[in-house]
Amino acid sequence: MCTVCGCGDGETRIEGEADQQHSHEHPHTHDHDHEHTHEHETSSSHDHHYGHGPAHAHAPGMSQTRMVQIEQDILGKNNEYAQKNRQLFASKGMLTLNLVSSPGSGKTTLLTETLTALKDELPMAVIEGDQETSNDAERIRETGVPAIQINTGKGCHLDAHQVGHAIQHLSPEDTTTLFIENVGNLVCPAAFDLGEAHKVAILSVTEGEDKPIKYPDMFHAADLLLLNKIDLLPYLDFDMDKCIEYARRVNPGIQVLKVSSKSGEGMDDWYQWIRLSRQSKMIGFNPQTQSEENVKTA
Amino acid sequence: MHEMSLCEGILQVLEAESKTQSFKRVKTVTLEIGELSSIEVEAMIFSYDVVTRNTLADGSKLCIVNTTGTAWCMKCSKEVNIKKRFDECPDCGSYQLQVTGGEEMKIKELEVE
Repeated sequence: MCTVCGCGDGETRIEGEADQQHSHEHPHTHDHDHEHTHEHETSSSHDHHYGHGPAHAHAPGMSQTRMVQIEQDILGKNNEYAQKNRQLFASKGMLTLNLVSSPGSGKTTLLTETLTALKDELPMAVIEGDQETSNDAERIRETGVPAIQINTGKGCHLDAHQVGHAIQHLSPEDTTTLFIENVGNLVCPAAFDLGEAHKVAILSVTEGEDKPIKYPDMFHAADLLLLNKIDLLPYLDFDMDKCIEYARRVNPGIQVLKVSSKSGEGMDDWYQWIRLSRQSKMIGFNPQTQSEENVKTA
Repeated sequence: MHEMSLCEGILQVLEAESKTQSFKRVKTVTLEIGELSSIEVEAMIFSYDVVTRNTLADGSKLCIVNTTGTAWCMKCSKEVNIKKRFDECPDCGSYQLQVTGGEEMKIKELEVE
């Protein structure tokens, strides 16, 4: 087990890393200060001391069990990694978007269209999360944008720790827009912060308008909802207004864009949303001062 | 399904705490779980037993304290109780609610020895 971050022998594989092997640099030292006191080897001692337990209770008859108040967030560990990722993104003036949806909503196609349209305009990179195969990362790389695949194995979501490792491999340049395509799952990825600026939920109109209230956690966590495949609307009974109303029930502040990555309809709005979000991340970002600050803190 | 990874997270916290607070065994773990959090309590209890087997928390009891979901109703300008994220305001029926509580997923306290 890696003692820096505690990552164990899991099922997760990050492309470019040998299976089950994490090559971390360990720049820290391990202090082994063990104090060995209270060696009671035999019972011949007549010293009835009640203070040897962890509670150090000296009152006779007091139980050695005790209550420890810890008040820690169960996701605390993940949130720590997410915080580190977020700091890294801020220091590089990066916009990071976490794309979440059910399988088959057209995430990857939407992403490849987006990359093709914007690659000459902005620096971009992609982290692909899937249970198995690197098919999606290969589809992304065909657009010329760097991509790395994380296979979660038995996992149903990406966590901040996996993403942190993937970023090291990608080593994106300053002001990159990073897309994280999460595992197709509308439940678990909602709870795991990856350090992203926004979660973007993608819902295709072939799915049914009540998805936002069937999977409320995800639509509550997302800042933007992309209603995808709207070119198919004439063939479906999808109630667009109802869907948007449901989404606003679980998240009154959610922004909704109607798009079709196939026909291109509405895609300009999505691109404009990316541009504006990216600019807001770049406000106050100055590579010169950033590198000076890094030198100072180093 | 992510209850399993959450339980692994709990175990990591227990192992870390056992070093700083010097205890060897965990007897009870008390969790505070909000009604609106994404945790299924039944699945949590099941995964907990599996994950803690042969660890310092083997055979320990999992106590779950539920906290109620609360939200601020923009129309009524007051706090109301809700059971689900998409519940309407019980008083005025509006969906303009901002969740204020009940999203907790916390390890509150441990009984250790």
